[in-house]
Amino acid sequence: MSKTVTRRFVLRGTAVAVAGAALAGVAGIATAETGAKPMDHSGHGDHAGHGPQAFDETYKGRRIVGAPATGGHQAHHGGFAVTIDGKELHVMQNADGTWISVVNHYQTFADPLALTRAAVDKLQGAVLVPIATA
Amino acid sequence: MAVRKNQATLTATEKRNFVNAVLALKKNGRYDEFVRTHNEFIMSDSDSGDRVGHRSPSFLPWHRRFLLQFEQELQRIDSSVTLPYWDWTADRTTTASIFGADFLGGTGRSRDSQVTTGPFAYSTGQWNINVSVDSRPFLQRELGAGVRALPTRAEVDSVLAMATYDMAPWNSSSNGFRNNLEGWRGVNLHNRVHVWIGGQMASGVSPNDPVFWLHHCFIDKLWADWQRLHPTSTYLPAAGTANVVDLNDTMRPWNNVTPADMLDHTKFYTYDS
Repeated sequence: MSKTVTRRFVLRGTAVAVAGAALAGVAGIATAETGAKPMDHSGHGDHAGHGPQAFDETYKGRRIVGAPATGGHQAHHGGFAVTIDGKELHVMQNADGTWISVVNHYQTFADPLALTRAAVDKLQGAVLVPIATA
Repeated sequence: MAVRKNQATLTATEKRNFVNAVLALKKNGRYDEFVRTHNEFIMSDSDSGDRVGHRSPSFLPWHRRFLLQFEQELQRIDSSVTLPYWDWTADRTTTASIFGADFLGGTGRSRDSQVTTGPFAYSTGQWNINVSVDSRPFLQRELGAGVRALPTRAEVDSVLAMATYDMAPWNSSSNGFRNNLEGWRGVNLHNRVHVWIGGQMASGVSPNDPVFWLHHCFIDKLWADWQRLHPTSTYLPAAGTANVVDLNDTMRPWNNVTPADMLDHTKFYTYDS
């Protein structure tokens, strides 16, 4: 790895650690990012305007919300943030445009809505919890 | 020299010793540290940013080091224990002996996917899920539900035939042996097995299920098999590549081990075949 890459990793590591402590929702994560210097998000997947479609619906009794995110590690991972009953589902966009989540990590989905519904199926009513990053 | 064996050949005593060492690590808290480390890399490794444990060339040396560390912890409990591997091309049914009550236990019940047989069932009081993405404290499996079938020997051989270790852009969209083995491309070997098991194995906290270690031990063996088939093929990339671990770069979280250090597994252990 080059020196510039190492520096960027340090910055992102900070953002991830802070975000892990403030998973109250998209707004909370955007706030958490302000402590770090601006990061280069070029080439990091779709951005507003041609990204995946936002959604806000009830699926199997769970409220699922997905929307473009402008800050925090969501922006780094594809510019989209998802919640299930208000709790963040960690999602990431792959290089080929497909999506994965921390619940279904080894299986790709066409878009965040399909990914989120699959996570609801797997949760079987359980509540998402932030993972301690000790 | 420690010999890693096919789990199907273990004696009842060997199975019991492995299980007891795993349970001891769970009890002293070391086990959950491995789960936490794995998930941290799952969540931070990305196709467009830094990537070390997954979706990158160092997927194989990173997991080799991760397994070695786990195996060393087991051996501090019981020096006779080595990691067994699960050849899922051969032992490929939901009733295979690996899922017996005397070893890893079986699939989850339909209501909540909770594993209720074997030493890792929640009711034993010995296997609470502490590092989790959700509120459920029990091990879950849904064997064979997420994907139709485990990979076949012919599919494994087709990937072992690939002569180039990895290719730009060195991520989940790459061609080459590493990414076809990891499973983001092609017939899908490693990823598919995680999905076939289901439950925690399909998630970022997959090491919560002890089958994780037997699955990854087989992946590690396949890397060694590939090296034997392609003696002139080397780890790639060699140097100067953005965001990924080159041959002589150190890997997080250890920061004192490189892919080059991990290429020859026979310094540490051998396989039974």
